[in-house]
Amino acid sequence: MELRFSPAQEAFRHEARAWLAANAPPPRSLASLDTAAGFESHRQWEQTMFEDRWSVVSWPEEYGGRGVGILEWLVFEEEYWRAQAPLRVSQNGVFLLAPTMFEFGTDRQKERFLPAMASGREIWCQGWSEPDAGSDLAGIRSRAVRSASDDGWVLTGQKTWASRGAFAEWCFGLFRTDPQAERHRGLTYFLVELSTPGVTVRPIPQLDAETGFAEIFFEDVFVPDDQVLGGVGQGWNVAMATAGSERGLSLRSPARYTEAAARLVALYGERLLVDPDRATRSADAVAQAWMDAEAYRLNTLWAATRVLDGGSVGPEASANKIHWSETDLGIHRAALALLGTDAEVLGGGPEAAWLDGYLFALAGPIYAGTNEIQRNVVAERMLGLPRG
Amino acid sequence: MHFAFTDQQLEFRDAVRQVLAKVCTTDDLRAAYNAPAARTSRWAALAELGVVGLQVPEDRGGLGLGLVDLVLLLEEAGRVALPEPLVETSALTAPLLAELGSTVPGGPATSAAWLEAIAEGSVAAAVAETSEPSVPVPGANGADLLVLVAPGDGGGPEIHVVGADRVAVTLVPSLDPTRRLGRVGWSPGIDTRAASGEVAASGIRRSADRAAVASAAQLLGLTDRMITMAADYARERHQFGKPIGSFQAVKHLLAGAQVALEFARPVVYAAAWALDEGEADRSRLASTAKAYASEAATEAARVSLQVHGAIGYTWECDLHLFLKRAWALSEAWGSAADHRHRLLASLVGER
Repeated sequence: MELRFSPAQEAFRHEARAWLAANAPPPRSLASLDTAAGFESHRQWEQTMFEDRWSVVSWPEEYGGRGVGILEWLVFEEEYWRAQAPLRVSQNGVFLLAPTMFEFGTDRQKERFLPAMASGREIWCQGWSEPDAGSDLAGIRSRAVRSASDDGWVLTGQKTWASRGAFAEWCFGLFRTDPQAERHRGLTYFLVELSTPGVTVRPIPQLDAETGFAEIFFEDVFVPDDQVLGGVGQGWNVAMATAGSERGLSLRSPARYTEAAARLVALYGERLLVDPDRATRSADAVAQAWMDAEAYRLNTLWAATRVLDGGSVGPEASANKIHWSETDLGIHRAALALLGTDAEVLGGGPEAAWLDGYLFALAGPIYAGTNEIQRNVVAERMLGLPRG
Repeated sequence: MHFAFTDQQLEFRDAVRQVLAKVCTTDDLRAAYNAPAARTSRWAALAELGVVGLQVPEDRGGLGLGLVDLVLLLEEAGRVALPEPLVETSALTAPLLAELGSTVPGGPATSAAWLEAIAEGSVAAAVAETSEPSVPVPGANGADLLVLVAPGDGGGPEIHVVGADRVAVTLVPSLDPTRRLGRVGWSPGIDTRAASGEVAASGIRRSADRAAVASAAQLLGLTDRMITMAADYARERHQFGKPIGSFQAVKHLLAGAQVALEFARPVVYAAAWALDEGEADRSRLASTAKAYASEAATEAARVSLQVHGAIGYTWECDLHLFLKRAWALSEAWGSAADHRHRLLASLVGER
């Protein structure tokens, strides 16, 4: 057992730290990525990172990465969050679609899509949920039928809750290609450009008033065959690979939480000087939040080692998703309790970041499959309880 | 970075699991309830395997290994609710005696003799958490060797290593009788003192960290066992014409406990590694390990009882044998809240 990073990994850390110190915008200096202007400034930041090959370090060099392993990626993430660099506007592409594309994509698809994704030139959103299919994803009704020209598919239906959908260029989504098949089997995973005729995007203001997601209407939208990912009828399996990334090792690196927990402890220390009685009442919650982040870090290293040794992440991804989403809530709730009335204040200051973070954290137990669904998965696949 | 056990460590764990499944059944636990003993044929079997003397130096008949090697075995001990004092003897007393060496009363020869006896399986130890005489000491009743704490002249604590012949132990009845709680009557003397001053203070700190991690490891095994028992029951028990485990209300109870267990495990393993390596953050990891394992066990105990329903509330059902140990160990060597408090003091103190 060894829990230290190697000298080479530490050297990589220092390189990343130096680059971020020289290039990352100051913390909270960009407008929110859920505004039109903020989306573009975040896209520009992706481009800046891409130019120096920092946007997708774990990808092969031919697609703009550095070909480093998962441990180096975790090191990079630690430095990224330490620098409080901007949120990743391209995260749906680089953290969710890309791992799926590496597994299921053709060489042509990888060449066509990955560099544009890594540079922020094309930003992706996810088209899974529908008005009547959320937790019951296999119940989707949006459909694809063979085109008359027989060189593609014609998509019809409605997707919703597509994060970044308001401003994104592309969407990956599930459509029913075989209405006769068993409901998990008749699905296909499509890559759709949102400027295609027949696509209408309607941004949806979230509870913070910004258009963080959108609904997308498809009316006879033609999609050529080479924009099917992973084969016709294989959509469920391909989507579960993406969901595994979303819940498991890829989307939420531990640094996000350990960095927030360190800021929480700092906030606690400051408030202890100002109002010790009030601060002390939050002591247990602050310590719990720090432990939750630390436990997440260690669990990630544990899982990463298992993967490097040839193992895999199965239903543990569901346990993981429950843990990171609840950790995020716990950290931010503790911060708001420390802040008191200051927690209500909107604006660009550090206090407002806790409120923004809390609102974002509240979405965590809902997106990427609700935590209730994840508990079903844990119970059925880790504990062998019968399906209901 | 390679956060995993070696094949050898895992094979040793499997071998110990097989032995414990035979020699520590729930019938054996019921027998131990009727006649709690510090040492048994089970203890001898574990000594024979090398488990008891795992942290005893090789030149004293042990395996000379560390807490990382022991932690998986402690987890197995928890899984079967092993009644014997593996935490106290193997995880605490053996490394402490090895470290103190020549300052142990009687000098190096005595220290060596105690270590050899531990490795042989002829000594069961008890370790006091505090010098407060009113606090019962787990394992004291029937212990051969006691590691006790006394207030020193300079105000700091002293460590005393005391044979059973120098103490008068009063049994303190406890919910889990195999805890063998005792109130220890004794007189600290120059001839019992093993360490004072900074040596004692750092020894006590190390022991507290080791105890937190070793108890946490046992709690992992107990938690796993309780969840397994409840999941087995939830598959078998039918109501409304279905197994109760098919109902989401039941699933979610058990899933919550399972997630707590999944996330406690790596913390406990990392803490054991950090203690062996003397890492700067070892005490924080030890606190996180104990807090996490205590919370997971408390949750699993509550949930597994709930899933069993009234049958779980009976003496006849084996569940209570594990619940009681889980409750005891959750509070021993610092509760979850104690360790959160300790951690935050350390984090804020650093600033």
